[in-house]
Amino acid sequence: MGALQSSPGRPEYSDLAEKTGFSFEQIGVLHKRFKQLSHNEETLRRDNFNEIDDLAFNPIRAQIIEAFFDRRNFHQNGEGKVQEIGFEEFVVVMSHFRPPSAHMTEEQRGKTRREKLRFLFNMHDTDNDGTITLEEYRHVVEELLSRSGTLEKETAKCIADAAMLEVASISVGHMEPDEFYEGITFEHFLKLLDGFEIESRMTIRFLNMDTTTLCK
Amino acid sequence: MLTEGGSTGTLLFICMILILLHGSRGEIPSKPIAATILPFVKPNDGVQTYPEDQKNNLPVFTMNYPRIQIPFEITLWVLLASFAKIGFHVYHKITIWVPESCLLISIGLIVGAIMHSVHEEPPAVLTSNVFFLYMLPLIVLDFVAVFMQVFWFAVVGTLWNSIGIGISLFAICQIPAFGVQDINLQENLLFSAIISAVDPVAVLNVFEDVSVNEQLYIVVFGECLFNDAVTVVLYNMFSFVAEMPVVEPVDVFIGVARFFIVGLGGMAFGILFGFVAAFTTRFTSKVREIEPLFVFMYSYLAYLVAELFAISSIMAIITCALTMKYYVEENVSQRSCTTIRHVIKMVASISETLIFFFLGVVTITTDHEWNWGYILFTLLFAFVWRGLGILVLTQIINPFRTIPFNMKDQFGLAYGGLRGAVSFALAFTLPDTIGRKQLFVTATIAVILFTVFLQGISIRPLIEFINVRRTNRNLETINVEIHCRLMEHTMAGIEDLCGQWSRFYWKDKFMKFNNRILRKILIRDGRAESSIVALYKKLELQNAMEILDTASGNISAAPSIVSLSPNVDSSKLQKKFLAADLRNIHDILSKNMYKIRERTVAYRGKHALPNDSQTREILIRRHATIRRSLRPRSFQSSNVPRTHKYFSLPAGKSLESRFDAARWHYTDDHETLSEVAYPSQRSRFGKPARSSSSKAMIPLHRLGTLEEVPSTDVLNEESSSTGQGVFRTNSSYSDSRVPHPRRLYSLFDDNNSEL
Repeated sequence: MGALQSSPGRPEYSDLAEKTGFSFEQIGVLHKRFKQLSHNEETLRRDNFNEIDDLAFNPIRAQIIEAFFDRRNFHQNGEGKVQEIGFEEFVVVMSHFRPPSAHMTEEQRGKTRREKLRFLFNMHDTDNDGTITLEEYRHVVEELLSRSGTLEKETAKCIADAAMLEVASISVGHMEPDEFYEGITFEHFLKLLDGFEIESRMTIRFLNMDTTTLCK
Repeated sequence: MLTEGGSTGTLLFICMILILLHGSRGEIPSKPIAATILPFVKPNDGVQTYPEDQKNNLPVFTMNYPRIQIPFEITLWVLLASFAKIGFHVYHKITIWVPESCLLISIGLIVGAIMHSVHEEPPAVLTSNVFFLYMLPLIVLDFVAVFMQVFWFAVVGTLWNSIGIGISLFAICQIPAFGVQDINLQENLLFSAIISAVDPVAVLNVFEDVSVNEQLYIVVFGECLFNDAVTVVLYNMFSFVAEMPVVEPVDVFIGVARFFIVGLGGMAFGILFGFVAAFTTRFTSKVREIEPLFVFMYSYLAYLVAELFAISSIMAIITCALTMKYYVEENVSQRSCTTIRHVIKMVASISETLIFFFLGVVTITTDHEWNWGYILFTLLFAFVWRGLGILVLTQIINPFRTIPFNMKDQFGLAYGGLRGAVSFALAFTLPDTIGRKQLFVTATIAVILFTVFLQGISIRPLIEFINVRRTNRNLETINVEIHCRLMEHTMAGIEDLCGQWSRFYWKDKFMKFNNRILRKILIRDGRAESSIVALYKKLELQNAMEILDTASGNISAAPSIVSLSPNVDSSKLQKKFLAADLRNIHDILSKNMYKIRERTVAYRGKHALPNDSQTREILIRRHATIRRSLRPRSFQSSNVPRTHKYFSLPAGKSLESRFDAARWHYTDDHETLSEVAYPSQRSRFGKPARSSSSKAMIPLHRLGTLEEVPSTDVLNEESSSTGQGVFRTNSSYSDSRVPHPRRLYSLFDDNNSEL
């Protein structure tokens, strides 16, 4: 591929490729994009993301951007946020959306599924406490529906509440009047989306063309 | 808002047309039942000079059979087939193992045998274009994603099959032993075009029961539908060619061009009619009764116009139905939706029954020309070529799929290629100039019977045996819908980020276009509605119905209050309902739902949707209850059941810190009032272990402040209460609720004043 010849440092890529499961070409494409976004600097900051015009119309833009700066998504068991990320972290975050390879065992499939769901979970759980509380869920739903025209906040709240109730009834079942429902833990989250086919929805495809000329 | 057994959250409304006879290809002349015609006039012996020679008495009792003959026979046949259908379901175990189509064919065979033995001819219902509608179980946009694949399979697959089978049969024909040397290549190709068409009816019958995974289902089903376009072209092309002595390359190119015209033309017509229908229904709010008529007439019109231009009518009607479903559904009333759905199901059921029935009958009663070699090889080749075709095609297309088809999927795909009535009809309409027409008809029937019976019966155990990925049909929950949406947005965002556009991008773009332009034109009051909200509303309505059904104490007691209370003027109430914004009502309704939802754990909704008046009724009753409970004497009686499970936020969390200490104070005093009046809040967000007044949530003192605030200022109230942490939810409920009832129902004023 033409793009590949101009990219530097193939040995770097092999590290990344192993770690994230992308192929060399895919990493090359991502690198180009990284450089384009960061204006050829070494690191990306939040402002760089804000410059992407297409993203402006996305209702959950803020959360997506935050996800890139969230240490929990770097697979290093860290927590908290960072202010800027390098290419490696960029690729690691993107690896959550890696297309599945044809030869995956059931176990690997389960693992990637967990990874993807974990990514989503982290998007919800903004205060890092390991559970999605009602407030956080509400926030998500409000954001999601905020572009939908004339919806009031009330409706979003109702919907979020209904969803929480659902989760509770699915994962905990019968509860005594005195019990709390703390919030959705990751296990509950998994159970909730148990039958849901996430592999086909949460992957990106790499097109075989030079898209950098097309993006703004 | 049409509910059906769910499949991943999409509305199941299946639409498909089966055409027995494509009108442009001629018709079978009707063969009247000779034996049953009764003369309707006594023949006069003499000359017919009326009235002198014979005195004809006024006939007291006459029979005029030919007058009603055709409709009578049709009705009898339909009834007979329906009785058969009832009969099957009496023995439930049979239908698990044997698909209905097989049973129907068998009954048809039996009846045909009976008829044959008394030398009767089958009636000619086959002349009419019996159509029935199934709609694709997908949302249109989802379908777009797999469109290319389906298209690929349909077009290329059918081509591959036809040509392959045709050529191999031709090769077989060369062998003198079978005695079919007179069939030339064109005729062979024609025949193979007929039998390579996979039949949607049969496939649908089988696949639904087995519930294979969605991807597989979509592909097979879509393939069936789209290959009608291919079949039409091929059939026409080959029949034209079969009569020509020489075939030139130019004709091939013309054939290809024709194919595109047929397919795309069909779709274009369908979409056109769909839009026209949607536009029409925008204005039908005053004439609700004829809304279903529009739907049916426009679909049929699309079909007829497509037939007029000899383009693919199946495609036309499918795309018409899909387009209509999306837009018309929002314009028509609930009742119309239900009507449409039920009529379609009924017609579909009848037609399907009839088709298979007739297959059986005609099998026995036509003259067959049997040629062992030809027919057996036909069967063999049909199988082999389909398998090969699937194999090759999946190899080509798998790299483009996110989840490639594995071997099991491919087996399902190949095995699920049942032939059915389409082939049957096509075979019957072969022009008589083809010498071996009877042979072809026989062979077609043989293939159909074989595939339907053998493959149909065995596909279920086979699929279970090899464990094809099944679908989980169970997912119509709000959470799933929310997360589905979330994922799509995330993916769209990520794609924007890394500049890799694919289907999400296009889907996003289309949705934007749709919301901005199309919906405004085609839908009455066209607000851009989120599918999450739509689903939520639907579920809430179902819950509302459930409440009525389970007759919870409060509500059932309400009617008496309604009638007793002097302030109730139901006509006045109803006017206020109509005038008010539906969403407000719905919000109120939904808040009341929470209490109920906790009592009934699962709200799996297969209920028919309520019509508008029932929703109003619920509200009337509910508000009567609230009114009643707001009266002073009812404070002490806590008629709130203790057995409520409720879910509350944890006590000692960080949200607490934002809590305004002043609020605490009020809750203690007004605990019981709030508890009874707004039980939902208490139940949702009680703070049990905190204090003795743990049950109280609403700081009712706040209600007083609302008096001064105009009711439209709900949002202001809310924003001022954002600092309230845990109680925010509760107070906001009261915020938004009280002004609405106040605005809507002047009945509350005496109660409000004391708050």
